[in-house]
Amino acid sequence: MKLLEGKKALIFGIANKNSIAWGIAQTLHEHGAQLAFSYGFEQLEKRVRPLAEQLGVEFVEECNIEDDAQIEHIFQKVGDHFGNLDILVHAIAHAKREDLDGRFVDTSRDGFRLALDISVYSLVSLTRAAVPLMSNGGSVLCLTYYGAEKVVPHYNVMGVAKAALEASTRYLAADLGPQNIRVNAISAGPIKTLSASGIAGFRKMLRYTEERAPLRRNVDQREVGQTALWLCSDLSSGVTGEIIYVDAGYHILGMPEPPEKWE
Amino acid sequence: MSDTQTRITAIIVDLLGVDEEQVVPEARFREDLEADSLDLVELIMAFEEEFGGEISDDEAQKITTVGEAIYYIDHRMAV
Repeated sequence: MKLLEGKKALIFGIANKNSIAWGIAQTLHEHGAQLAFSYGFEQLEKRVRPLAEQLGVEFVEECNIEDDAQIEHIFQKVGDHFGNLDILVHAIAHAKREDLDGRFVDTSRDGFRLALDISVYSLVSLTRAAVPLMSNGGSVLCLTYYGAEKVVPHYNVMGVAKAALEASTRYLAADLGPQNIRVNAISAGPIKTLSASGIAGFRKMLRYTEERAPLRRNVDQREVGQTALWLCSDLSSGVTGEIIYVDAGYHILGMPEPPEKWE
Repeated sequence: MSDTQTRITAIIVDLLGVDEEQVVPEARFREDLEADSLDLVELIMAFEEEFGGEISDDEAQKITTVGEAIYYIDHRMAV
């Protein structure tokens, strides 16, 4: 059974085949959704276009989400292309490399502003721009991480940004609920992507999760895609403002398994 | 051509879209093979995947030519 037949989705944040957004795109495509892709800057075009071709996606547009005029422009184009929109996927985050290493207390004003603007305000601005196209209701989805709630080494300003993103998810859900537009976030476990390579010690995050998580492994892009499918389809019609974990259960732990040498 | 060289040549040709003849040990990723900063990150990730080890960020910064990548993978890579 195809769950998204006739649904139209705009996806921000595909960089290459390792992107979580690509895992989401593939799953939505398999379930019949028509897709449109947007990438943030020129360097990404040569990476995104071949992927778009793989799925027969015709709409591939650059959009710098720091610029309101470009946001307005891309939604106008999406409106012309699709007529309306059912699904918005926000998989965008950025911080300066130096702010994803060392101490959080050393984050500069500029680095803080940049991380929050690109990683959080973009959800607000893109959602606002999508609303007029979501006349039949809709589903907005963004990506977060456990570092929003608890301290994860080196995640620093991005943890603060993800906390703001999760709060924004709730406020947007409250605002848009009356129009039957649902807004949810997936909190994925660490996945090796192009963006993740900017986080100092990322391999250790992977290894630590793999050893501790109840499922004793990491999650992959497809697993996030499958939960995205649920959140973007009518199967989750009663769910909004939620943070859904796809993290092999890691976030339920209060204390790691003590080392055997203690026994 | 060593096994390592054959395998990394295939990766570089695939990722950067260059001709195999260009992928010589002296070739510099940025200047000669026109890799941008994202390409460099993708190359390192692809090398790690292919050879099943880890290349630290500091070490990755020092790999600027094809020959340096081969040497690193053969001698230094933590598996």
